[in-house]
Amino acid sequence: MATAAHDAPHGSHDHHDHTPSFVNRWLFSTNHKDIGTLYIGFSLIAAIVGIGLSLLMRMELQQPGMQIFADGQMWNAYVSAHGLIMVFFVIMPALIGGFGNWFVPIMIGAPDMAFPRMNNISFWLLVPAFLMLGSSLFIGGGAGAGWTIYPPLSDDTYQSGPAMDMALFGLHLAGASSILGAANFITTIFNMRAPGMTLHKMPLFVWSMLVTAFLLLLAVPVLAGAITMLITDRNFGTAFFDPAGGGDPVLFQHLFWFFGHPEVYIMILPAFGIVSHVISTFSKKPIFGYLGMAYAMVAIGVVGFIVWAHHMYTSGMDVDTRAYFMAATMVIAVPTGIKIFSWIATMWGGSLTLNTPMLFAIGFIFLFTVGGVTGVVLANAGITQILHNTYYVVGHFHYVLSLGAVYGIYCGIYYWMGKMSGRQYDEKLGKIHFWLTFVGVNLTFFPMHFLGNQGMPRRYPDYPDAFWGWNLVASIGSYISVAAFLFFFYVLWHTLTKGAKAAANPWGEGATTLEWQVSSPPPFHTFDELPRIR
Amino acid sequence: MEPDRQQTLARRNRRTALAAFGLVGGMVGLSFAAVPLYALFCRVTGFGGTPMIGSTPAPGAGQQTVTIRFNANTQPNLPWRFEAVQASQTLHVGEEGIAFYRARNTGTGPATGVSTYNVTPETVGRYFHKTACFCFEEQTLTPGQEVDMPLAFWIDPRIADDPNTRNIRTITVSYTFFRTMADAERSGALANAGPHVGRRDGLAPAAAPTATP
Repeated sequence: MATAAHDAPHGSHDHHDHTPSFVNRWLFSTNHKDIGTLYIGFSLIAAIVGIGLSLLMRMELQQPGMQIFADGQMWNAYVSAHGLIMVFFVIMPALIGGFGNWFVPIMIGAPDMAFPRMNNISFWLLVPAFLMLGSSLFIGGGAGAGWTIYPPLSDDTYQSGPAMDMALFGLHLAGASSILGAANFITTIFNMRAPGMTLHKMPLFVWSMLVTAFLLLLAVPVLAGAITMLITDRNFGTAFFDPAGGGDPVLFQHLFWFFGHPEVYIMILPAFGIVSHVISTFSKKPIFGYLGMAYAMVAIGVVGFIVWAHHMYTSGMDVDTRAYFMAATMVIAVPTGIKIFSWIATMWGGSLTLNTPMLFAIGFIFLFTVGGVTGVVLANAGITQILHNTYYVVGHFHYVLSLGAVYGIYCGIYYWMGKMSGRQYDEKLGKIHFWLTFVGVNLTFFPMHFLGNQGMPRRYPDYPDAFWGWNLVASIGSYISVAAFLFFFYVLWHTLTKGAKAAANPWGEGATTLEWQVSSPPPFHTFDELPRIR
Repeated sequence: MEPDRQQTLARRNRRTALAAFGLVGGMVGLSFAAVPLYALFCRVTGFGGTPMIGSTPAPGAGQQTVTIRFNANTQPNLPWRFEAVQASQTLHVGEEGIAFYRARNTGTGPATGVSTYNVTPETVGRYFHKTACFCFEEQTLTPGQEVDMPLAFWIDPRIADDPNTRNIRTITVSYTFFRTMADAERSGALANAGPHVGRRDGLAPAAAPTATP
């Protein structure tokens, strides 16, 4: 590599596999693989916090009456922190920052991301953001306005301490981190593809990251605008959302969900990409309907921007508006269906091996479909009049996120573990982890549909005795899920210390993307010599 | 890569990133533009029960009759007694009606209020015309002062043609008086409200945050 002046981020180096010192490598890292590793590690740490919070919540809900939470505000603060941590600090860093940084450059045959130093700041903005949000729990009564932070609940009357402001600034930082990351991905994917790697030859994971990056770029600034208004309403006497000064709190809901709905696709699209690779690899077939799969993701992204008000059916919209949002929402089931059926068609007639990543991928398809079906139910404005803010909704979005996106993360970790660490996980341990998780999360979230249908509202720490039975089942399920999560750390430890050395391509002929053509782990600098795609 | 190719790439990368950040800036701008646009949208379409305001005279009585109910609310930190003088009124569409609201300052000092309003069902917003009202005008009442505030309005006869509204026989007009933010600040509510800077009213007890039941 020519040592051009602007090529200095790792210090000057003459031969390529020179690895910098620990501080240089991990604190000032500009290497996409190291930053990816940092993101995944960060996500695992945040997951311990997020899952710990949910464990406390399930312990509280195991029986009627107040067990461990002092009051409703404390409960709301924990619920909000759980939601925000899981969305912004677990799922997004793992799927986008983690796997995205690790594999997008390798899959398109680029030596690194387009802006390595911007990549570094994207990661390091996330750490203070997480600290701000996490410590807001311990300041005053915490920030108890739900992850949706609707005013007036989030205004200075009802969340009067600095905790809410800290959470909002934390969100700002996390948003800035995502925006920088997204701009980096878009630039990398558009400009840095190896010769011959046309857009229509790009692996589906790269497509998913491209669509995700665009969604981030268009959605996150709207959240930034809305929370800026919230911050000035709280601290500087403006009245964007305060009717006393001519504002309208419903406007916040519109702005929030204009961000919030694309956000759910931001969380799930990268998982779609990973699952496509895994299904194809372990069926030993190319993915069925490649172009359809790619453009289905584009369609989901586009339509995702025009359905936001289906989160607001009970905010007083007239029937025509609701009819539109209902129809538009259901349209999303079409591209999603294309993806589900294409995955099944890929497996059909394939030579299947049920390794752990494949189990997680099939589990993903099944559970995501369950969540998608309840989503179609909830898309109906009439039904949502009854189900709005009940546990049915909680069950629905945990099926697509906690079971969908998280399965995507596990799927990716097992699939690429050997590639990233150079050591292969133990197949038996991986399978135990899968089944434990599968039983645990289903036991946790499936009963929530029943509770919601019976009318149990979300965001309360207590409930009438009639809801006790299924709440107990859900709590037991959550203990199994937590045990599975702890077991996963054992699997990780076992892999990193005792795992067998991984070959460049441990999966055989089904794994065709470029990352399987470099060694495991890949050299510190990949593709100094650009690969040529036929 | 030769330095030449690398420079071209760096230039292209910068251009793409600039476009991306332009997009981000545009979206931030749009989210702030949403504030006036949303208000304009409500005013023009009657969305969310926003009545039409203007001096268009009533076209004259039509066939259908509609009952108008009057609702009054007061924000707790405004020391006013605010009520509708009449509970309801029945009139023909297209006929001009006049109703009165009455406000009395029950506090010990002058207080300034400002009102917001809407009509329900929200679909009738675009057919409910106000020709005179006290909406969004600041009213200052000295202690014990009482005022009657008139509201002149008419219902567009086209309400009977719209399938969404033709079955509506009762419309509720609702006014809510808030203490103006400037007045709340002047009266010291800000200082008494709590430790947090910028807090402007004493709605919630300053001590523990409200607990859910």
